[in-house]
Amino acid sequence: MQPEAHAKAALEVAVLVSIGRHPLTGRARRADQDARGVELAMSLDKARITLMHAGALDDDSESALRGYLGMGFQTLTLVEQPRDADVIPALASALSETKPQLVISGERAEQGEGSGLLPYLLAERLGWPVVSGLASVEKVEDGVATLLQALPRGQRRRLQVRLPAIVTVDAAASAARQSAYGPARRGELRCTEALAVPDEASSEWTVQPARKRPKRLKIVKAASARDRFKAAAAKAEGGGGQVLTDVTPEQGAEAIFKLLKEEGVLR
Amino acid sequence: MTGILRRDPRQEWIARNRLHPEHERVLAELGQGTAVATEWVGPNGVIRKNPHAVGFIGPNGIKRIDRSGVQQAASAGRGVGHESAAADSRRRVEIDAPAFLVAVVPDMAGGRLSSHDRDLLGLARQLADADSEQPGAVLAVVFGNHKEDGFGEAGVDRLLHLDEEVFDGYMPEARLAALSTVERELAPYHWLLPDSKLGGADLGRRLAARIQERPATGVWQIEKDDACELGWRCTARGAAGTTDIQRALPRVVLALAECAEPVSETRHAVQPLALSQVLPPLLGRIEDLGQVAVDPAGVALAEAEFILSAGNGIKDWDGFHHAAKVLGATEGASRVAVDDGFMPRHRQVGATGTWVTARVYVAVGISGAIQHLQGIQSCEKVVAINLDPGCDMIKRADLAVIGDSASILAALVDMVEQQREEKRDAA
Repeated sequence: MQPEAHAKAALEVAVLVSIGRHPLTGRARRADQDARGVELAMSLDKARITLMHAGALDDDSESALRGYLGMGFQTLTLVEQPRDADVIPALASALSETKPQLVISGERAEQGEGSGLLPYLLAERLGWPVVSGLASVEKVEDGVATLLQALPRGQRRRLQVRLPAIVTVDAAASAARQSAYGPARRGELRCTEALAVPDEASSEWTVQPARKRPKRLKIVKAASARDRFKAAAAKAEGGGGQVLTDVTPEQGAEAIFKLLKEEGVLR
Repeated sequence: MTGILRRDPRQEWIARNRLHPEHERVLAELGQGTAVATEWVGPNGVIRKNPHAVGFIGPNGIKRIDRSGVQQAASAGRGVGHESAAADSRRRVEIDAPAFLVAVVPDMAGGRLSSHDRDLLGLARQLADADSEQPGAVLAVVFGNHKEDGFGEAGVDRLLHLDEEVFDGYMPEARLAALSTVERELAPYHWLLPDSKLGGADLGRRLAARIQERPATGVWQIEKDDACELGWRCTARGAAGTTDIQRALPRVVLALAECAEPVSETRHAVQPLALSQVLPPLLGRIEDLGQVAVDPAGVALAEAEFILSAGNGIKDWDGFHHAAKVLGATEGASRVAVDDGFMPRHRQVGATGTWVTARVYVAVGISGAIQHLQGIQSCEKVVAINLDPGCDMIKRADLAVIGDSASILAALVDMVEQQREEKRDAA
């Protein structure tokens, strides 16, 4: 994936990477979903990939960013921003300068607010379409990308989107390759200056480690003791289920067929 | 007439005296039927009971009191009275001139309100009903066709149903355009969307970006706080669920499941609402090419949508596997079928196997041990095919067919294949 080798490549891809946080140790690391995004970009045919990060540069973030370089890149564009800055204007101007065809990002950050709004705000600012939750990119032809979107329950949906576009990666996308130490050390972080816009609203928030959410209690609304007892002692029962007895197999099958059709599980 | 209650002590005395020759007539005059008058409100508003009127004389001439409710439900007049009382216990609420609107965009997965949607509507009611002097109305914006008829019970005052074809499938741009029109025309005070993948999470973020409001995402709690701009503050999950952010409630809220209790005590008038202007045609840049066929055998059992499950009652295993293939269902099994070696262990459903979340679960030849029923607790629709009409699975099932499973499955397979054939011919 050396940029020189792909100088004539048709597709310019920018991957927005962020600094992740290890769920147990809390250390900075390469973010899982962003790494999947890089992996998705690397799976594309004839793509010229730029890695881009907006944020501050210090020891922690450098080691995390080098994790992406270790996946086989020589440079990473770092748009320098202070810690409490709103990175959208800086990223938007950086993207409108480099003019990539496809921008790939993770779904949400592992640090900070982690609202997952960044791709949407960028898309709104740049006027590009945004598609969320990708499992893979099938092909890119004539400025139209065919994408596979991951649905819940292991389902997939095929979409077509006109480029340039911003896409976000789902956890169902293929896992990221290992980061190699040598290339990670050798890689270069190319810093660029950008105007910093402070994020004022977030300074009014109080942030604490996540509390365990209270478990919802089963509330039994019963008028009489008998109802309360019944609710406490009840076994799982559907109640009001339809029972077909003495029917021919065809009639039974038809009833089931109708239910399956109604639920829309038959294709 | 004045409103003073006039009592006739003599009449009352006769009514109390069961041995009085005129007892029956007086009871009828007082409007208390013979068997019915076990409870009435006395003149001072205290409930009086007539213990002698309770119960009935059993076959051996002994008085029996049935507290299981069977007798009461069986005796027609009382039964009907009970039913209507149960139905009316939910207070009807109509808000004619709402002070403001709280817009909710439910996911409507499968055309019905999901439990997440109901929680969200409960949250919307909290916001709308906070000030009883000036109640707000909850507006539900529903896209595409739906099968839901319980909007009123879920707490919807106004329903904006947009069922044009352009909203079918994954059409975020068209939906966003419609929501922006709603924003312009009705200007809701709050926007609530479920923070659920590919539903509200996607649409809500688009909406927030379009109307340039900074949303709160992953909200799971709200409380009153007059210091905040909208009078509420919220607790939201941040940083991939590892932090809690306390902040003022913004206009656009993306809330997690169980963010509030669903509405249960009131029924609301679902008044239809329509947009005054026709939505402009839209040149979409995202095109939905439809769902891709996924090999159902490759889908993990825990997240499969449609499961065909086999139990001890299956004799024709080839027929079962064929049926699963034709129906496009993921295969499951009960413990017995796995222990007997007919199915692999990772296909076992139940407490010792996998807890499944399928939308439709077809149990073939499974009688329904309690461990198995635990495993299918969160399934929406359960279909049972069984020979034994008394088994527990039949009680749990929404549709039960009593009969030979092999022939019913074969008939079902024929039906599906025939329908596919017709579709192919028509196409």
